[in-house]
Amino acid sequence: MKALRLALRTLAREWRSGELGVLLLALTVAVAALTGVGFLVSRISAAVALQASAVLAADIRLGSPQPLPETYFTEAARRGLRSARSTNLLSVVFNGEASQLTNVAAVSAGYPLRGRVLVAGEPFARGSPAAGIPAPGEAWPGSKLLAAVGGHVGSQLSIGAASLRVTRVLIARPDQGGTFAELAPNLIMNAADLPATRLIQPGSRVSYAALFAGERTRIDAFKAWLIAHKGPGERLRDITEASPQIRNAVERAGRFLSLASLVSVLLCAIAVAMTARRYVHRHLDAVALLKTLGATRAFTLAMSVLQLLALALLAAVAGAALGFLAQEWLLRTIRGLLAVTDLPAASLSPLAIGFVTAIALLAGFALPPLLQLARVPALRVLRRDVGPPPPLVLLAFGPAIAVVLLLIYWVVPETKLFLYFTAALAAFVLVLTLAGVLLVYLAGRLRGRVGVAWRFGVANLSRRRAESVVQLVAFGTGIMVLLLLGILRDDLNGDWQRTLPPNLPNYFFINIPPAVRGDFVRFLQAQGARTTRVLPMIRGRLTGINGHAIESLRSAGTGEDSFATREQNLTWASELGADNRLIAGRWWTAADFGKPLVSLATEFQESLGVQVGDHLSFDIAGDALEVTVASIRKVKWDTFQPNFFIVFPPGVLEGAAGTYMTSAYFTPGSARSLAQLARRFPSVSIFDIDELLAQVRAVLDKAALAVQSVFAFTLFAGLTVLLAAVQSSRDERRYESAMLRTLGASRGTVVQGVLAEFATLGSLSGLLAAAGASIGAYFLTTQWLDLRYAFEFLPWVEGVFGGALLVAAGGWLATRSVVNQPPLTTLRA
Amino acid sequence: MNTNPKPSAQAPTIRNRVLRAESLCKQVSSPEGSLTIVDEVSLDILAGESVAVTGPSGAGKSTLLALLAGLDVPTRGRVLLEGQDLTQLDEDGRARLRAQRVGFVFQSFHLIPALTALENVMLPLELAGRGDARRAAGETLRRVGLSERTGHYPRQLSGGEQQRVALARAFVTQPAVLFADEPTGNLDTVTGARVGELLFELNANAHTTLVLVTHDRELAARCARMVKMDAGRVL
Repeated sequence: MKALRLALRTLAREWRSGELGVLLLALTVAVAALTGVGFLVSRISAAVALQASAVLAADIRLGSPQPLPETYFTEAARRGLRSARSTNLLSVVFNGEASQLTNVAAVSAGYPLRGRVLVAGEPFARGSPAAGIPAPGEAWPGSKLLAAVGGHVGSQLSIGAASLRVTRVLIARPDQGGTFAELAPNLIMNAADLPATRLIQPGSRVSYAALFAGERTRIDAFKAWLIAHKGPGERLRDITEASPQIRNAVERAGRFLSLASLVSVLLCAIAVAMTARRYVHRHLDAVALLKTLGATRAFTLAMSVLQLLALALLAAVAGAALGFLAQEWLLRTIRGLLAVTDLPAASLSPLAIGFVTAIALLAGFALPPLLQLARVPALRVLRRDVGPPPPLVLLAFGPAIAVVLLLIYWVVPETKLFLYFTAALAAFVLVLTLAGVLLVYLAGRLRGRVGVAWRFGVANLSRRRAESVVQLVAFGTGIMVLLLLGILRDDLNGDWQRTLPPNLPNYFFINIPPAVRGDFVRFLQAQGARTTRVLPMIRGRLTGINGHAIESLRSAGTGEDSFATREQNLTWASELGADNRLIAGRWWTAADFGKPLVSLATEFQESLGVQVGDHLSFDIAGDALEVTVASIRKVKWDTFQPNFFIVFPPGVLEGAAGTYMTSAYFTPGSARSLAQLARRFPSVSIFDIDELLAQVRAVLDKAALAVQSVFAFTLFAGLTVLLAAVQSSRDERRYESAMLRTLGASRGTVVQGVLAEFATLGSLSGLLAAAGASIGAYFLTTQWLDLRYAFEFLPWVEGVFGGALLVAAGGWLATRSVVNQPPLTTLRA
Repeated sequence: MNTNPKPSAQAPTIRNRVLRAESLCKQVSSPEGSLTIVDEVSLDILAGESVAVTGPSGAGKSTLLALLAGLDVPTRGRVLLEGQDLTQLDEDGRARLRAQRVGFVFQSFHLIPALTALENVMLPLELAGRGDARRAAGETLRRVGLSERTGHYPRQLSGGEQQRVALARAFVTQPAVLFADEPTGNLDTVTGARVGELLFELNANAHTTLVLVTHDRELAARCARMVKMDAGRVL
């Protein structure tokens, strides 16, 4: 209690005397950077999730072949959630004599709960958002349907026993799916007209969907309730099961943002360690005096810890407030760029996380020096050269290492990545330390060969051996993360540019009969469309794994039923596509053609839990096929090229009856071409993914934006580390500068010396940082972000010159007042 | 101002002997090997006595002072402060004893820059758990003539004023023994003389035992006893 009282009182007084300003600033900036990133990441992630949930038209979608009980809807309403219904069935739609098998969706008011329905006045035109749903008696048929039956706005379509008037053409709806689940042309109508169609009869194939949306925590709670109460045949989907394309982009963005926040956290750690060192250095005399006056070691330790805790609390509140304001300002400035106009409110969790992290950083990086401070002997009051005894290595570095490891694991809770990142970090710090020792050695050797100013500056590095090494590690790490972030940002942006060019395929064509395959491709090319590869497509069902029937595996609880029971699209190919990467096994050669082999996409392989060498049994149109898993592929779905989970070598499936599929890019305004295509190849299903692409682009835009913002935060945190580092040697420098000037050195000479020292330190840190960043970027891009790595020379130039310039400028700014101070003032003090 | 009253000489007894050094030795290791700084020093100091430790630079005066005050531990020998063997106490034990029984004045004042004059004087009282710290500190500052400067920070005070604050801080706990290490060493002659006078006046009023390390012959001459040292030994 006595310690607390004295700690708070001296804290307030020390603050008034200006001593704690730098420490508080460093902590505040650290927390601001951390929470700012946290708030930003949480809000943008939420916006991305919101965007992604558009593909379900809801946050949660419950599907069933049976009508869904009313209790779900009343429970959702009770929990303050919005809901809507969508009843889907296949039916033949007539326009006079012309008919077309159509996927009819009868929706209730409120649909869609997420995303938007796009409609137009004519088929294949650019759509605009619809207000509400078709009124009773109206229908919105899709372009393909209307083109196929030769209708237009105003036509009367017969659906079952009902006749509905076309008032709009459906261009896109959010839940039309990205997995070719619904291949038939679309039509949406009002659920109120459904009884009049008399389409729902005993035995008719109808799927019922309940859509729910609302605030995240309520949705999560409701999801848990639904899982506990839903019937066996009811399938629940949420954003985690959204289409592979969106999920891919969200995962990639999330991974990058968490990496960026980790970078900020580590910079915070460096800043805290440096400011704590300075704090300890400045308090050696005071603690020795307190001990002389009768304070015990525990008392002095308690006092320091309490002071830092109070400071941490202050910094956490101020920093979090600053962080919040910064991200709020940032988001307001960039709001116009976001597809979602109303960003979700910031969650408060970054506040708690920021505070806990601040405390953890203090415990890991400030406590060990504080423990050292408490060990300073009282004798120091008589002999200034007496400091605390050297620390135990374990005590000095143990807590810091433990905290860093915990933080890394917290951000990347995947063992492999954790080990990669940790090993890379440890190697980097080790290399920097060794390089630091080398620099100190070289400085000692070179100082005789340079002018007086440089000798003074470089000799400083050599003389403050331990400090120089610490600063080298800190600057090196700081510059490295900045460079690494820069390289990764360029890689990500570049990769997105490469994989999402503006003329990405925007139409998929399914069910192309083998007989018209050539004609079809020629037709596409004649229409000016940019075509892609054409792949065969055969329907088949997985029946067994390693000789065990799939049903028995399901009942034994192994394997994922949704993949196992679903009818699969199979294909064969001789070449591995550029958007496929082999991660296990080997791709077949011509010698393997005709052999019973199969290659699986990671999604399929992981869900079934099978490995290379396992045997899979398929039922293809009644014929049994036994194959061995030859390879596992990682597929980049966001290339929008035709891709399959299951690929066979040529010569295995050719006998089965199948069709072909392809994708192509049509320029906007190709409505006429597509309408012609629909009429000429009536059996071909046209799948418009323009809206889906727009969604993916919006997600990636947000991610890129977040990356830029996080980069700004990290840069700021890096500069704080620089300030903290320079500050830590300020007192010594003040004295040295005064001595040099007293001995006749001009101000210019002293400034040159300071610049020489920091420029040397900065350029070497930059050189090492560039090397570390390049190696780190290679591993991160190829192993984690799943991108191609391209060596860049620019980071090396930026590292060496930028490092020298940044550290020299920062060093000069921070020591300017020291150099400018009249020598007498310093020597008298 | 009063002159320093010299206590009557009498044989040291356990009852009135406040400080005793028995065969004190302090050795430190140096690149040239082991270095003896204090060599077989034995000393008895009586309650209320004032002792000046003098000698050339490097004679071991300040190290002897540190050993007597329990700021450092001897390589051999022992120190008894009011009968309590300091060498048997750990660092915290010695700190507690200092809080109760010992005061200090240093050459470089050693005021805490973040604290005002009043707060610096309150500090030892607060550490000793005294409830009337503010009143007692104010009163002591008044006695050293600084009642107008209680709210000033050390950097706002002259050297002489800073040392007066240090004197107030040393006497405010009414210690049994006051150790002073070159208390006038950082002051000009006139200010040094004034501070010296104040030191002896306070010492006389408080009946404190004074152990003074100094180069200042005049200041040393005001002590009842002079202990001369050279090369770590008492001459």
